Amino acid sequence: MKKEKKMTLTLPVEELMSCGHLACQGCGATLAMRYMLKALGQKTAVCIPACCWAVIDGPYPYSSLEVPIYHCAFETAASTATGVKAGLVATGDNETTVVAWAGDGGTFDIGLQALSGSAERNDDIIYVCYDNEAYMNTGIQRSSATPYGAWTTTTPVKHFKNRPKKDIVAIMAAHRIPYIATASIAYPEDFVKKMKKAKQIKGTRFFHVFAPCPTGWKSRPDDSVKLARMAVQNGIFPLYEVENGEKTTLTLKLTDRKPIGDYLRLQGRFRHLKEPDIAVMQAEVDARWERLLKGCEAA
Amino acid sequence: MKDKKATKIVFKSADEMPAMVISIGSQTHNKTGAWRNIRPEVDRSRCLKCGICWKFCPEPSIDIVDDWPVVDYDFCKGCGICAEECPAKCIVMVEEQK
Amino acid sequence: MKKVIMGNHALSYGAMLSRTRVIAAYPITPQTQVVELLSEMCADGTLDATFIKVESEHSAMASCIGASVAGARTFTATSAQGLALMHEMLHWASGGRHPVVMGNINRSMAPGWSIWTDQNDSLSERDTGWMQYYCSSNQEVLDTVIQAFKVSEALMIPAMVVLDAFALSHTYEVVDVPDQKAVDRYLPPFAPEIRLTPSDPHAFGGLTSPEHYFELRYKLQKDMEKAPALIEETGRDFEKAFGRPLGLVDAYRCDDADFLFVTSGTAGSTARVAVDALRNEGVRAGNLRLRVFRPFPFATVRKIVARAKKVAVVDRNISYGCHGIFFQEVKSALYGRPQAPPLFGFITGLGGRDITVEHFKEMAAQTLSHDRPEEEIGWIGVKR
Repeated sequence: MKKEKKMTLTLPVEELMSCGHLACQGCGATLAMRYMLKALGQKTAVCIPACCWAVIDGPYPYSSLEVPIYHCAFETAASTATGVKAGLVATGDNETTVVAWAGDGGTFDIGLQALSGSAERNDDIIYVCYDNEAYMNTGIQRSSATPYGAWTTTTPVKHFKNRPKKDIVAIMAAHRIPYIATASIAYPEDFVKKMKKAKQIKGTRFFHVFAPCPTGWKSRPDDSVKLARMAVQNGIFPLYEVENGEKTTLTLKLTDRKPIGDYLRLQGRFRHLKEPDIAVMQAEVDARWERLLKGCEAA
Repeated sequence: MKDKKATKIVFKSADEMPAMVISIGSQTHNKTGAWRNIRPEVDRSRCLKCGICWKFCPEPSIDIVDDWPVVDYDFCKGCGICAEECPAKCIVMVEEQK
Repeated sequence: MKKVIMGNHALSYGAMLSRTRVIAAYPITPQTQVVELLSEMCADGTLDATFIKVESEHSAMASCIGASVAGARTFTATSAQGLALMHEMLHWASGGRHPVVMGNINRSMAPGWSIWTDQNDSLSERDTGWMQYYCSSNQEVLDTVIQAFKVSEALMIPAMVVLDAFALSHTYEVVDVPDQKAVDRYLPPFAPEIRLTPSDPHAFGGLTSPEHYFELRYKLQKDMEKAPALIEETGRDFEKAFGRPLGLVDAYRCDDADFLFVTSGTAGSTARVAVDALRNEGVRAGNLRLRVFRPFPFATVRKIVARAKKVAVVDRNISYGCHGIFFQEVKSALYGRPQAPPLFGFITGLGGRDITVEHFKEMAAQTLSHDRPEEEIGWIGVKR
């Protein structure tokens, strides 16, 4: 019936990430890496601090990626990447794109100083934070990227995380770097497009990528893409770009923004929430969305 | 696709190891297919050839072979994302026979 | 060409002549002049290098490691608190086998805040797998940077070139700044076999299980064990090229000495004056200044110390709950040896308190007048 139809692939075909890696079933972080490498190609070097990807790649003496990786100390994704770029340029390689690839812990918390330093200097690196909203590699402890209301092992149900998620995009925008983008594993074509755009820009480029984690979110492995899509569609994780710290461009205008309840209900980490808690969270998402709209032009 | 025939590396002595801590082989020696309890099965009669299953596989263990999505069961972990995302609902997750 | 320069600038010239390509450094007293001069050299093109003005010492070492693994010769400098902040990354540089060379100005660790010299900062890093050279003149500082790159790159082990705060860092001395071409002949460009590049992709430093870690660290030790011979060989080559020897130790009047000081850093040059004074008083004194502390020069120390009848080891540092660190290491080098003279361990000069010729004479007097030390630690110059 469909034999005459050609397969339509909406992403570059080449795989620079091979299977056999150690990610959990349904891992959002691996999709994020897969898409990034499709966008950047083989002339890429990735600096990976302590995070899930430090383990996912596979143990010594193996690797899952077709590009070089430098596994670096937890707080040094940006500083290592800065050094690698300087070293490559010094030895005549001006083409290789250097990426700092860190989780939310290594970006929002322990790695923030080095990231701020690189951004202030406008070092020529792409920094990608794949955000699964907690210290997942060490067993689901809270980070400053953990959303309000979430259970983690260090924010147990009776003391769930009661501080809002740090606004990392606003922090990076304050550094006036040339390019910032949010991206989601549920919108890989958009992620690839933004990454290809970033590749052409010199200076510090920052990506905040939403990467669901079934293990840490207590969600079904097959829901990972769906959850990422829902978070975009309900405004929890809007897709937008910020150029030079000033110009904000919305990627996806949400005319019919969904309420957050359906999204929360699919995740065990939110199971303890009562209606009043959810109402507080919904109000915050609404307010943040309005602020974002005010600050930008629609795509 | 990348070399999927990689084998386990065994060093008999320190001399066989490079001084720097570097990878010298592919992680594809690790057949993660052993992880799964359920496996996806694609019904070609209803497949739209949209490529979405290939797109969203985190391994990635869906290859495009002769223009069809083909699951590589050596590596598929059985996460079920392909079945969940398939717009034609032509992928079914079935219990592994163990 | 002879110049009158401070110790800090001797480090800068050493790094410049070594054609360092990437520098990542953060300012700290008393190191600032090192990086300021290097900044100027980069800005005016005297040095073709990228200077990354990092926002902390931890980032400095992380960036140096990144640049080194990408194939660039890298240099940095720091002191005390900055060195301590780098601690995690010092392990990273050695375990990752990155031949970074770093100048460290020996400065006392806070609290209280001190900018003056003692050796606890660098000696606290003794187990990190870095080579350590202790200098006692600005000439030696400059020369050692060049030699350090040569040895480090041959062994793929990082090294620190250590000098005393103010006594050397800010003191002006006549230094023969070698000709660039001569240095180029002695020190070829950095050409590592393995580097980070997409044309030969590897994952560096991945998760390493008990099945492999032990061998990797065994290899680091085995390569470090090659260093003494290599330092002597490159030291002889340096002497041929530039007229100045750079060995494992600087032995002054040790051949016929009954009594030896074992020293390091600038105290090691004050000791020479004390040796001459003692000789004038009829004591056959000598000074064994350890230039290289890591790797510990066991064979050389044993050979020279064995000939003496009494030895006073001088530490400008202390391992609390134990003793001075050079003392402990010299003692352990002699343990069980057939010829091991009595060792007296002295601690002096902490926090930058001046170590004078009189102090050395006091150490000699105490050592010579006792069969064995009266107290475990010979405190010199502290108001007790």
